Amino acid sequence: MASENIELQVVTPARHVLQETVQSVEIPGKEGYLGVLPGHAPLITELGIGIMAYRKGAETRYLTVINGYAEVLPDRVIVLAELSERAEEIDIARTREAQERAQAALAKISSGDPDWQHASFALARAMVRLQAASKVGAAAGAHS
Amino acid sequence: MPTLIDYRRRIRSVKSTQQITRAMKFVAAAKLRRSQEGVFAARPYAREILRVLRSAAARMESTAHPLLERRPEERILLVVLTGDRSLCGAFNANVIRRATTFLRENSSKKAQILAIGKKGRSALKRGPWEFAGEYVNVSGNVDFLIAKEIAGKIAELYATREVDAVYAVYNEFKNVMIQRLRTQKLLPIDPTVLESGSPEATGMPATSSPVNEDAMPHDLSPSGKSLVDYIYEEPVSDIFNGLVPRYLEAEVFRTLLESSAAEWAARMTAMDSATRNAGELIDKVTLEMNKIRQAGITKELIEIVSGAASATS
Repeated sequence: MASENIELQVVTPARHVLQETVQSVEIPGKEGYLGVLPGHAPLITELGIGIMAYRKGAETRYLTVINGYAEVLPDRVIVLAELSERAEEIDIARTREAQERAQAALAKISSGDPDWQHASFALARAMVRLQAASKVGAAAGAHS
Repeated sequence: MPTLIDYRRRIRSVKSTQQITRAMKFVAAAKLRRSQEGVFAARPYAREILRVLRSAAARMESTAHPLLERRPEERILLVVLTGDRSLCGAFNANVIRRATTFLRENSSKKAQILAIGKKGRSALKRGPWEFAGEYVNVSGNVDFLIAKEIAGKIAELYATREVDAVYAVYNEFKNVMIQRLRTQKLLPIDPTVLESGSPEATGMPATSSPVNEDAMPHDLSPSGKSLVDYIYEEPVSDIFNGLVPRYLEAEVFRTLLESSAAEWAARMTAMDSATRNAGELIDKVTLEMNKIRQAGITKELIEIVSGAASATS
């Protein structure tokens, strides 16, 4: 019964990001990263901000995941994220700008400011994006 | 008596108006398509959140949560969703009318308003009601983060007992021709929603889907199985407490998307009929103009003929 594959789905409120048959998944849980192989026991966990990785054949691909929940079943993984992007989709130049903007904003205000949360969230998002994008770059470099 | 020049000028002016309304119609059609896609794209997420929420609820002894708590309704919050711009037929006016009727019917309770959209805000500001907040420039491009913010705001008002119930007045997108006005209770969350036996797939109370669910790609719900013994990374109550606000966010997001799609549909229909009316007006004025032109020609002919007749006699 134990199948060799996992049906991986990633959905956000705005779109259906991904649906693929993969061999393993790594999920950024709130309490730490979580590796999932086929036949994993059913599990529900909250997600943090981080990078999700999945292996399909010989390839490993990355996604950013920001807040949400993941449901793991023996043959499928459903990720419900607030925001999620494939690493390939990330525009590095724009993300850098966003990071700088967020840093500049954070430098100006104190932590009590209502905008502080906004800015720190934007910063965390930009950083995780850059991290994911750099992984794609590294993988491409290794191939060539 | 208008001259030919006046008619020509009139036709030209109506024509340029028609060009504008036609362009607006096409813009609205494109925007409508996008927001419709948004409505569909939001469904799998909402459905999955609800499914996980239900399975967590089924495993808890008591599903107590601040957002599920029922209290006698003494203070209410009304979320009014309108557009930011006009030229969309009776879209905004309908919402505002429904909102004012609702507030009058509930005048025994202390009501606050949360206005989403400029039109509703400025119309209701003229009334005697108290405002809990306002969000504008939302409907053009509905972002989940805004929905999250709004949901957070109303959840906070509810949890701190500022208000005892939250209602939303909005237009539901039925199809391109029809928008249906709805008054929906957002909080407290209806406890039947949490029961896993609930038949409807989306779980949204009485949601009438614009298209049938079968047409939806990526059907996520694993069929048949209702109770799986999950391992919960955190205590199940933590997961549950975290999921309830997510559910509210998804609900608010859906409401915003529906309203936005309905607005663009209304605008498209309004601009379509405006374009058609302009066409009719042009035809009518052209006819009048031709009549005058012919009358002029006839008059000239008579003059020539009678001139010639008098010369020969």
